[in-house]
Amino acid sequence: MSAVASISRLGRATIDTVSGLGAFAKFVLNLFVLLPKSLLRPRLIIDQIHFIGNYSLVIIVVSGLFVGFVLGLQGYYTLNRYGAEQALGLLVALSLVRELGPVVSALLFAGRAGTSLTAEIGLMKAGEQLAAMEMMAVDPKSRILAPRWVAGLISMPILAALFSAVGIIGGYVVGVLLIGVDSGAFWSQMQDGVDVMNDVANGVIKSIVFGLAVNAIALYQGYTCQPTPEGVSRATTRTVVIASLTILGLDFVLTALMFSV
Amino acid sequence: MGVVAQIKNVDFAYGERFILKDFSVNIPKGKVVSVMGGSGSGKTTLLRLMCGQHPVSRGEVSVLGQNIVKATTPELYAFRKRIGVLFQFGALFTDLSVFDNVAFPLREHSNLSEATIRDLVLLKLHAVGLRGAANLFPAEISGGMSRRVALARAIALDPELIFYDEPFAGLDPISLGITATLIKTLNDALGATSIVITHDIHESFQISDHVIVIANGSVLAEGTPAEISANQDPFVQQFIHGKPEGPVRFHYPAKDLKEDFA
Repeated sequence: MSAVASISRLGRATIDTVSGLGAFAKFVLNLFVLLPKSLLRPRLIIDQIHFIGNYSLVIIVVSGLFVGFVLGLQGYYTLNRYGAEQALGLLVALSLVRELGPVVSALLFAGRAGTSLTAEIGLMKAGEQLAAMEMMAVDPKSRILAPRWVAGLISMPILAALFSAVGIIGGYVVGVLLIGVDSGAFWSQMQDGVDVMNDVANGVIKSIVFGLAVNAIALYQGYTCQPTPEGVSRATTRTVVIASLTILGLDFVLTALMFSV
Repeated sequence: MGVVAQIKNVDFAYGERFILKDFSVNIPKGKVVSVMGGSGSGKTTLLRLMCGQHPVSRGEVSVLGQNIVKATTPELYAFRKRIGVLFQFGALFTDLSVFDNVAFPLREHSNLSEATIRDLVLLKLHAVGLRGAANLFPAEISGGMSRRVALARAIALDPELIFYDEPFAGLDPISLGITATLIKTLNDALGATSIVITHDIHESFQISDHVIVIANGSVLAEGTPAEISANQDPFVQQFIHGKPEGPVRFHYPAKDLKEDFA
């Protein structure tokens, strides 16, 4: 009996997972369909870029600076063993542009903007604001979700670029100003070794994909949560967990596709 | 007498639990109609079915000439532009000011200039006595005021039919009286029909032209407030007089008291 119950539970869990993934895919498809319509109302998108992007600036910039500091220290420590400390600028820039910029800024974005999106949509649902909108013949997906999604897509690469830029400044401060690595070598090695297409563009593509995923997850969790304080709280937690794991999983897949070929 | 909504042989269930069973009712046009019944009797469900929020399992729902059951999404949205819905707690958009809340449906559904929208919004707010609160945010006003703002928003597009979901719940006596009077005066001024979901006997009997009492998923009695008051059905009598004993039991079904405390 217990074996049958276990198989039944496994079957139920599988069906729930597959139908959940299907519902999420349908949700994302719907956002893509609504994308052109939401571009016709740029005011809504600009407001959300301010809310999602601008308010994430402090955490992104400060984190970027400290990651740059640490990269400068750790990079110098390792490169110095081989007498290659002149390549510090290149190491800091490649680490940030290829990996840390898109990944860490997306993780921070999930924690800062993703949770606030989920909570906002969830509370709107709990307060019947989404239902009220539907009763006014206004589609909440078009009016509320799509502009936030587009704003996230625009904000994410800009935040990742800022993270990398500030991180490089952090690496410069530690490597050049504090430790004494040659400034000319720091910048020229970077200029020579960082490829716009292979490194910068791939980093930008990564951050766009992460922005797409994090925002869609945050909005979906808010839109489908139980309209209770407990439901909103659970959805917010799920946003951080699912978005973080998705970012790391997608990073591996994208890195394998971009740099291993 | 014209009919604004027809509900015919409707079944509706949440999962296995039937809320409405073979439910039929006609809503007369141009009147304030109160739909009354105990908690869980299906009043709010009926409102949601008429607005197309829930699909019915069986039966026909026709409101303002629109078949709600068979309506496509564009048809449903076109129908909703002709109705106004006042939610139980207002459901105001908390990130918008009182003014912007009322302006919301006008901005979404019309090409009016901002100057015209301003005049219309101030007129609607004046009608509910809150022109002076236009620049406040929902967090800065009381529950009663929120409901009046929501009422101004619900009538922004001059609807033919206005739904009120428990408009009197949780209001102090002054706000309650003001809200009741507003429902009646706005209905008459707009020439609309108002459907008020409520269990507040005193206020709703004062403003209603027609009362429908629901119990156990079907219509138990309907008529003018005077006719309902004179109805001798035990449930109707228990409901309108708020008697603790009657067909509706205070205790949820349970095993014998002695068994629990043995």
